[in-house]
Amino acid sequence: MKDIIKKIQDANLHGRGGASFPTTKKWEAFLNTETKEKYIIVNASEGDPQMSKDGYLLKNHLSEVIDGLKIALETFPESIGYFYLRKDYYTKYKKKIKKLTKDLPVKIFKKTGGYLAGEETSVLEAIEGNRPEPRSKPPYPSECGLFNKPTLINNVETFYVISKIAKGTYKNERLYCLSGDIKNKGVFDLKEGLTIREILEKTKNLPKDNNYFIQMGGTLGEFITPKEIDRPLQGLGSIVVYNKKITNPVLLAQKILKFSMYQNCDKCTPCREGVFRLREEFLKKERNKKILNDIFEVLEDTTLCPLGMLSGLSIQSLLNKIIDVKD
Amino acid sequence: MSKIKFKINNKIIEAEEGKTILEATKENDIYVPSLCNHTDLDIKPNCRVCSVEVRGQKRLLTACSTKIKEDMEVFTNTPRVKKARKTNLELIFSQHKEECSDCVWEPNCQLLDLAKKNKVTINRFKDRKDNYPTYSFDGVIEFDSSKCIDCRNCVEVCKNQGVGYLEVQKRGHEVKIVPTKNKNIDCIFCGQCIMHCPAGAFESKGEFETIENALKQKGKITVVQFAPSIRTSLGEEFRMDYGKVVTGKLVASLKKLGFDYVLDTSTGADFTTTEESNEIVEHIKEKKGLPLLTSCCPSWVRYVEFYYPELISHLTTARSPQEMLGGIVKTYWAKQKGIDPKKIYMVSIMPCTSKKYEIDRSELKVSGMPSVDCVLTTREFARLLKMKRLNFTKLKPAPLDNLIGEPTGAGVIYGASGGVMESAFRTTYEKLTGKKLEKLEFKEVRGMGGIKEAKVVIGNDSHKVAVINGLGNAKKFFDNLKKHPEKNDYTCIEVMACPGGCIGGGGQPLPADESIRLARANGLYKIDKNTEIRRAHENPIVKKVYSEFFDKNPKARQEILHTSYHRQKRGKVKII
Repeated sequence: MKDIIKKIQDANLHGRGGASFPTTKKWEAFLNTETKEKYIIVNASEGDPQMSKDGYLLKNHLSEVIDGLKIALETFPESIGYFYLRKDYYTKYKKKIKKLTKDLPVKIFKKTGGYLAGEETSVLEAIEGNRPEPRSKPPYPSECGLFNKPTLINNVETFYVISKIAKGTYKNERLYCLSGDIKNKGVFDLKEGLTIREILEKTKNLPKDNNYFIQMGGTLGEFITPKEIDRPLQGLGSIVVYNKKITNPVLLAQKILKFSMYQNCDKCTPCREGVFRLREEFLKKERNKKILNDIFEVLEDTTLCPLGMLSGLSIQSLLNKIIDVKD
Repeated sequence: MSKIKFKINNKIIEAEEGKTILEATKENDIYVPSLCNHTDLDIKPNCRVCSVEVRGQKRLLTACSTKIKEDMEVFTNTPRVKKARKTNLELIFSQHKEECSDCVWEPNCQLLDLAKKNKVTINRFKDRKDNYPTYSFDGVIEFDSSKCIDCRNCVEVCKNQGVGYLEVQKRGHEVKIVPTKNKNIDCIFCGQCIMHCPAGAFESKGEFETIENALKQKGKITVVQFAPSIRTSLGEEFRMDYGKVVTGKLVASLKKLGFDYVLDTSTGADFTTTEESNEIVEHIKEKKGLPLLTSCCPSWVRYVEFYYPELISHLTTARSPQEMLGGIVKTYWAKQKGIDPKKIYMVSIMPCTSKKYEIDRSELKVSGMPSVDCVLTTREFARLLKMKRLNFTKLKPAPLDNLIGEPTGAGVIYGASGGVMESAFRTTYEKLTGKKLEKLEFKEVRGMGGIKEAKVVIGNDSHKVAVINGLGNAKKFFDNLKKHPEKNDYTCIEVMACPGGCIGGGGQPLPADESIRLARANGLYKIDKNTEIRRAHENPIVKKVYSEFFDKNPKARQEILHTSYHRQKRGKVKII
């Protein structure tokens, strides 16, 4: 039983949902709880408009994903499994998953909300029949999760990788989603830990001139300039390349803020009100720098979940590196 | 629990393991503001106002939700903390339309206090909710959503009350709290939303625009009665200690306001006990219709009529104290005084928002007149006193008007959860056994427990009773009995909608939490202990009115002291 955990540790696997939390830590915490009733959740509910890898895996590697789930169920034999699927994935793959899991204690659940309903504690709320909103941590799901029972929740890609680790075929690959003003868009299976430059080169997407900027790590990810592309990718496995000549970065900021304004859960003050006021500033001709900075600070320091924090950091990087920089 | 040592602002603090940073700062008089935090409710932590710095942590942590740890180093007043606090408060104010002059929180508003202490520019942003509507819940409770700061305390407390009338709709900045459209759910007017909203978005009807109507009645004789629980809560409005007994000043203040006659609802409670106890005796003797459910609390009655119609036949038909007293005033008392009852304007000062609804129930009329014409909450009454610039703390205590004068101790404890049961059994015991009850205190039914159970031994029989406060507890209790009917061997069950009973009522001064409710209840029990007559049926007024009036007029007794119940339709929601 501990064998697989050892293997996961040796492979140095970090969760593929975006937060890059060491998978072994989750599994060990889950292992150490004494409760009999436990849950294991496969999270295949990507809500970030830039991401399509969950769908890619369900389409091309579903049996490996289920192998990963099987391993988890064998490791924690009294657990009940949940397949948590984005609405369109639910419609497309429900039957197939049902067929492949018919001998397993697995339930299939259709995601009830938007972007935030994919965050792990919101997933728990959704399955319990509540508004999908994040819980305050601690306690962590591995101690007290679904229906207040210990819950192991991992991204669908994490389960996919675990099946490969078990078979001994895992060679540090990770899925990357590339989009934007490039030729070769799509999902790519490359090595983990690559720099932005390496990813762009390997997918034959590196722009020839420096008239571009990049957002990495998802819709709420950091913006970087061509000078920074030797940094490793952080956050979600997403890279979007923007052609500077045809992109209005203020409109882009408005778009991101609108996304986060409509996708936030409204629970905490800085995110609900702060993002609303940030957008207000970006809709004006002249932005009030003091207001922007004050709000960036509370977003970075005091939001309940990462969404608010990331929104602020993302807009801040766009503002400081692109919008406010005169060429 | 073992104590652990840690530091706040470089000072070594000792506190019990398992406590939160916020609890530890409160114990040690260290200022950390909080807004959405209420000890009756779960820790959310939504408002983020209590964010503090903890060494080794990248981000600020909310003091309300973070447990203390050995050697933890907490900083509550660094520039970073102060700035975040200020900005978050400014964002909170950007949602909240200020209408301070007629707010239920005035002058104890936490928001304004926070603004002052943290140098907040309250109008830094334009009010986002300027055009948000005000809802009226069937004309009894009003919700001004342009004041709402989205903390959701109301949603939680309403759910805890077993009701769930308030819902969160939509997401993000469009989120709003609205009354549900679910036809199986209705507001029961308990007013706990008012008691738990930090932003004053809820109030009862008329608060505070129409309070002077209670006074200005041309050509009328104004009679006022005040509820048992008011005497230990009103003082709080004048910065007196929690639970301070102010009966004499209360009477004096009512007289100063110009009321012609001042009566005590606790005397009405003595009548209620007498009638209710007769019903208990009858049901015990006939061994039918048990358990008998109390009916003094109009929110509980409405709850039964809407959610548990199968229990309607178990409600005692004895009217609530304010209704009995109002009815007696407009009949027996008017006759004795030689006053035309139509000229009487009867005002009640109640700890309760639901009493405003009760007086409009058509079943409670006497000779075609409502028994009570107007209800003011404790808050409204205090506001009236302040408007008239009465220096309450300096008033010389005054006595009640005679004819319907002093209550017994049993009538006074009606204001605390368990009081009705205790009073009823002091009387019932003596009626059933013909013996004097030696030990008057029923300690098992006192206190803040949500569901209290006790066995009362009367003669050879033992009677099981239950005392419930908070409708959520009632829901749990009766749903459990539904599942296990064999467990339903209770003789009598008291239910009060609000936590702690009327002392925690929806019309009481703000703030209120368990320790405040306990102090108010203790004040009432202290009065009972020091009162000479402590059995309702021994009240000379009760004896007199029965022998002179009710004993000769069984029809009048039925009309004035009893009522009927029926299934309730869902109330209407209006945008006003």
